[in-house]
Amino acid sequence: MRTVNHRDRIAEWCMRVLTYAIVAAVAYIILHIVWNGAPAMSWAFLTEMPRNSGVEGGIYPAIVGTGLLVLGTMVVALPLGMACAIYLSEYASQSRFTSFIRLAIATLAGVPSIVFGLFGLGLFVIFLNFGSSILAGSLTLACMVLPTVIVASEESLRAVPRSQREGSLALGASQWYTVSHNVLPYAVPGMVTGSVLAVGRAAGETAPILLTVAASFLPRLPQTVYDQVMALPYHLYILATQNPDAEAARPNQYGTALVLLLLVLGVNCAAILIRYRFRKKYKW
Amino acid sequence: MTSETSNARAKIEIEGLSIFYGDAQALHNVTMNIPENRVTALIGPSGCGKSTLLRSINRMNEIIEGVRHEGTIRIDSDNIHRADMHVDNLRKRVGMVFQKPNPFPKTIFDNVAYGPRVHGVRSRGELADVVEKSLKRAALWEEVKDRLNSSALALSGGQQQRLCIARALAVGPDILLMDEPTSALDPRSTSWIEDLIDSLRSDYTIVIVTHNMQQASRVSDLTGFLYEGKLVEFGDTTQLFVSPKMKQTEDYITGRFG
Repeated sequence: MRTVNHRDRIAEWCMRVLTYAIVAAVAYIILHIVWNGAPAMSWAFLTEMPRNSGVEGGIYPAIVGTGLLVLGTMVVALPLGMACAIYLSEYASQSRFTSFIRLAIATLAGVPSIVFGLFGLGLFVIFLNFGSSILAGSLTLACMVLPTVIVASEESLRAVPRSQREGSLALGASQWYTVSHNVLPYAVPGMVTGSVLAVGRAAGETAPILLTVAASFLPRLPQTVYDQVMALPYHLYILATQNPDAEAARPNQYGTALVLLLLVLGVNCAAILIRYRFRKKYKW
Repeated sequence: MTSETSNARAKIEIEGLSIFYGDAQALHNVTMNIPENRVTALIGPSGCGKSTLLRSINRMNEIIEGVRHEGTIRIDSDNIHRADMHVDNLRKRVGMVFQKPNPFPKTIFDNVAYGPRVHGVRSRGELADVVEKSLKRAALWEEVKDRLNSSALALSGGQQQRLCIARALAVGPDILLMDEPTSALDPRSTSWIEDLIDSLRSDYTIVIVTHNMQQASRVSDLTGFLYEGKLVEFGDTTQLFVSPKMKQTEDYITGRFG
């Protein structure tokens, strides 16, 4: 009895220590970036154009660029993903064809991001002749987040009980009226939350934008969707690896990392807040 | 009672109805005439096909994949499966109340107004009128008239079920299908609903599925007993409970199985 107890305690402590190690790793990363990035942080850093390959000046165009890419990704991925999820959850019959669609979505989710980058380069930049542009970059990122948006959206649609659909259909409502008036409204918060989380991850991606939109140094704002932009993750990569004077670039590099981190955390917090607010509203 | 039921015109004529879910047959060649302005109860053990039969009358079975039927159902001599029959119009005439109250997570007003809106009523005045009438008809008006704009989910289970009845009445059906409408309710709410059914019988043809035999004998004029997908016996409720013609019916109502 005593030995069992003893082993139990050891096992518990092992798991506890390992769990703490994860928290410690996260804390270290965040603290390291905050500690090194905070000195670079200033209003000027956020609102000025970069100078001298980004070693001096601010990161304004990179913030705007990442913001535009996030926006573009949402504009493309949300309607597409939601439409696909609605089709799969509300209309499609459970046939071999729909299992094939699901398999395709799962496969898409497993494709490495650099492959999406090459795909975007081939299709959007070269074949469709969008050039290296916000349009091509947003489309590429959208392809990448699409599976996550679809899966999250389908889950929130399925969370709406069948009795809600039946109640509406039994009153003579058409399938589309039922979906649009008595299913979708309750699923949208979940759909948006899942999608925003996915897009938040896309904001930090480098590989897909590397070949499709990102400029290494472009100290001006884009005028049209066919323009290139700077983006925070790529700017960070440039500062960290492509600058001859690595030491001089250090402060701006950490500053960029901090801004990117805050941006992604902000997006995630927003998503979680949306979910929290609406979870209380619908209880089935 | 017997003469009363036989006088009534057949509202729903079911002829040789068989229903299949894929390869499984849920109903076998059911034929019955359900009279107008009467309450008809369908009883039988779980899985006997009584819900399937009920849900074929407003074609709700069709939302299940791989379901198929043989035979005909006519409402007012009109075949509900004819090619140019719109399901929405059929369901406007044949309301349905479900086993578990399923109020929409909307306001009480919007719940009752849902059906009329589906069928194109837009004017606020007209909607308010229908909502009031339907809630009164479902004996819920007095309890909710001061909070029409609060959530329907805040109502008690019994109130929710009466709201669902009001919602079904709001589209102006002449047939009301009830699928074990009190099985999720406490005894007091159950008796409310039963009183309500009693008050509705003069204006509606009601078909109610129940596995509570006391309920069937309390509320219905006619009773059909189903067993393993077959309609074993169908007739006057009093007669069916007092002197059933079939051995299976007798065994079931005396509690020997089921």
